[in-house]
Amino acid sequence: MPGTLLLFWTFAGLAVTSAALCITRRNPLASALWLVVTMFQIAALFVLLDAQFLAVLQVLVYAGAIMVLFLFVIMLLNLGRGGPSDIRGPAGVAVATLLAGALGVQLFIVARSAPSPGPGAGPLALAEQAEGMVGVVARPLFTTYLVPFEITSVLLLAAIVGAVVLAKRQL
Amino acid sequence: MLLGPALSVSAVLFAIGVAGVLVRRNAIVIFMCVELMLNAVNLTFIALAQNLGIAGQIFVFFVMAVAAAEAAVGLAIILAIFRHGRTVNLQNITLLKG
Repeated sequence: MPGTLLLFWTFAGLAVTSAALCITRRNPLASALWLVVTMFQIAALFVLLDAQFLAVLQVLVYAGAIMVLFLFVIMLLNLGRGGPSDIRGPAGVAVATLLAGALGVQLFIVARSAPSPGPGAGPLALAEQAEGMVGVVARPLFTTYLVPFEITSVLLLAAIVGAVVLAKRQL
Repeated sequence: MLLGPALSVSAVLFAIGVAGVLVRRNAIVIFMCVELMLNAVNLTFIALAQNLGIAGQIFVFFVMAVAAAEAAVGLAIILAIFRHGRTVNLQNITLLKG
């Protein structure tokens, strides 16, 4: 299926380009908006990798909720205006490129050693055909992983309380 | 079929996130780069879930929940730091410097 592969590389190229733009823009507001673009591209990749439900969650939670929170804080602190650049000098950029490049090469080598799947639809695609794309995620979430799922709700409650306590001027 | 390309893309995205953390000084932008790294790892999980079972997708679900909690608390901390020193530039936050 070369069409799927073509779509995949299109979205992957857009994701990498917008991620690179995100870390090189001086204006934090522009950075945040490029990151939103990256997250949309990653959601598209999720769809191509048989994870439609998580693609929807990616758009709703990441691009929708989390990035709006970031944009709110950037605007609240009035960081969108010019001001001096926060990007490090040439030496810092060189060191960062070197370190990140070395890490990227290492991850690449590890990725190449992953077992290559056989041809045809994987077991997940078959399960999705049988149970539907939400059912295939929902069933283990409410059976095998029920305890972690419930603990997540406690974690979110703790995060809400923590955020309010930290952000309030006087308790 | 897409496993190899997906793992390569997520490696590149993760490296870009690391480069962003190393190269920027604005605390909020660094925080956004951490989110980018989380996204790259999510891509790995989902690529491997195609053949190794649904557990990878369940993990991505939990990563998203933790990322949401982390963003809320982290941004509240950044707000508190800004209120203290009127800056989010990490070079100017030197409370621990002797």
